Amino acid sequence: MSTASPTIDAVKGPAAPRRRGIARASTGRSAWIGILPFSIYVLVFLGLPIYEVVRGAFSTTSGAFTLQNFRAIFSGSQYWIPLENSVILSAWTALAGAIFGTWLAAAVVASPVGSLLRRVVSSASGVLAYFAGVPLAFAFIAALGRAPGGVLTTWLKHIGIDLYAHGFSITSLFGVGLTYTYFQVPMMVILITPALEGLRPQWREAAESLGASRLQYMRRIAIPVMAPAFIGSLLILFGNAFSAYATALALVGTAIPLVPAAINNAINGNVLVNQAGIALALGVEMILIAAIVMTGYWLVQRRARRWLQ
Amino acid sequence: MSFGAAAGGIGAGSLLAEIEDEPQPQQGPARRQGRPRIWRVTILVLAAIFFLGPIIASIKYSLILNSGAYGIGNYTAIISNGAIRSALITSLEIAGIAAVVVVALMLPTVVLVRLRLPKLTLLMEGVTVLPIVVPPIVIAAGLAQLQSSAPEWLIKLWFNSPITGLTPVYVVLAMPFSYRAFDTGVRAIDLRTLVDASRSLGASWFTTLTRVVLPNVQTAVLGAVFLTVAFCLGEVVISTILLYITLPVELIQASQSGNAGTSVALSVVSLVFVFGLLFSLSFLAGRRRGTKASRVI
Repeated sequence: MSTASPTIDAVKGPAAPRRRGIARASTGRSAWIGILPFSIYVLVFLGLPIYEVVRGAFSTTSGAFTLQNFRAIFSGSQYWIPLENSVILSAWTALAGAIFGTWLAAAVVASPVGSLLRRVVSSASGVLAYFAGVPLAFAFIAALGRAPGGVLTTWLKHIGIDLYAHGFSITSLFGVGLTYTYFQVPMMVILITPALEGLRPQWREAAESLGASRLQYMRRIAIPVMAPAFIGSLLILFGNAFSAYATALALVGTAIPLVPAAINNAINGNVLVNQAGIALALGVEMILIAAIVMTGYWLVQRRARRWLQ
Repeated sequence: MSFGAAAGGIGAGSLLAEIEDEPQPQQGPARRQGRPRIWRVTILVLAAIFFLGPIIASIKYSLILNSGAYGIGNYTAIISNGAIRSALITSLEIAGIAAVVVVALMLPTVVLVRLRLPKLTLLMEGVTVLPIVVPPIVIAAGLAQLQSSAPEWLIKLWFNSPITGLTPVYVVLAMPFSYRAFDTGVRAIDLRTLVDASRSLGASWFTTLTRVVLPNVQTAVLGAVFLTVAFCLGEVVISTILLYITLPVELIQASQSGNAGTSVALSVVSLVFVFGLLFSLSFLAGRRRGTKASRVI
């Protein structure tokens, strides 16, 4: 904003500083009033639910302070297994999404800006990454559901490959993970494309003119420059899968051992004792893990900015 | 999904940023096209199979009626099935209102912060990123808790209908990408000059915002609105927990009650609809700044 003001001051001439000073003083308060609607809105609709989660997690049903809820979720396997599953699922779908997403993005970036391929891929990535939770689940049920229903499963059975006889199920943890990669890959394309575009052609030219092979350019220049952006995006994908629930909800409902489903179960009272408190304690656990991941993201992002500006 | 939606917002933000920034030197890889390399073709074919496969399967699935014959009955059922129709209308209402609220709430705030309260910029970025750290299921748990402990007047006011119960929360959850879209849009124009000019000609703040600032950040506004709409139409976790019947919730229920064909048909329609929104955005965005803007999404 400071870039614009010098020219304005110059135009206004000598009288300007005083006028501006007055304007500043008189608008100071109105500016703060102007920000009130947003502040109140965020406090009520974001702050209040978060406050309720944290307060409830540390409260007994009668409202007294307790750590019992956290003791409950960290003792015994009932809530460890969902956490473990969530972490494993998030990790492998993030890794698969990151690798294939980067590969796909690199292929797309190689075509000119504004080309049909780019428009289609970027729009489709947006749809799948931002919107597609439930429709995605249905698409996979339609394709890979049990034999009479699933189009692909039926077709494969015809040519002699019975997926379900080999232990595959779209409602298993692996099946759900497979559907997750369907939005993880597009998310990676969205996240990594700017970094790929930031790779300067001059770097490649310089490397080539110094006699570097294609492999050497990749190993010594492209990969080190891209590494922070790649790791940062990988972390986002991890958090993305970790907090995602829509697709799993549509595919399996609450029967899948993942943390969001455990929260859902606890809210609906499908388990015993102070369920609400346990749901909220699990909520705090999820917030903490997401916060750790985001912190990692910011640290890596700081490094990424050094080269890719 | 919201971590993704929201985190993607960071992507969307930086993508928008690139559109509006000064042109970068032309990309290197672009010059190499014309020599289709094997690695490029491989991944494009793989991606086409992986991403189009389930969609094509969905289309085929949706064309098979309960009787086993082929037909478009599942598509006409979207309109004729009362439950699905009313859920669709609810979701569209939520999306429409959220789109208006997002612009009305965020645009003045972003302009104000930029012009008068720049010291709040960092705080704003932090606050608008919060929904990323808090997964939707957790927000839902907090709201359910609130619902169970809130006084009756508040429940009547807030939670009695899906419109009042969900729209405000969706606006907040869409903030990570809507804020970034507005912020990059506003950064790209000479806001101070525009506002000073407008104000010195006697325009009120309202006129300045709606008739001077808004038309100048059209693309950013459209980006924010479309992504908010996509988010509202797709969100299912919070509405399920709070027992509201929105479109995705009804889709799940319909599939469980033997109308899987209709659910899949509506899935296909909604995917195509949202794709259409974002695809058209890539052209709208390109109008002003030439080719750079295909990267809004």
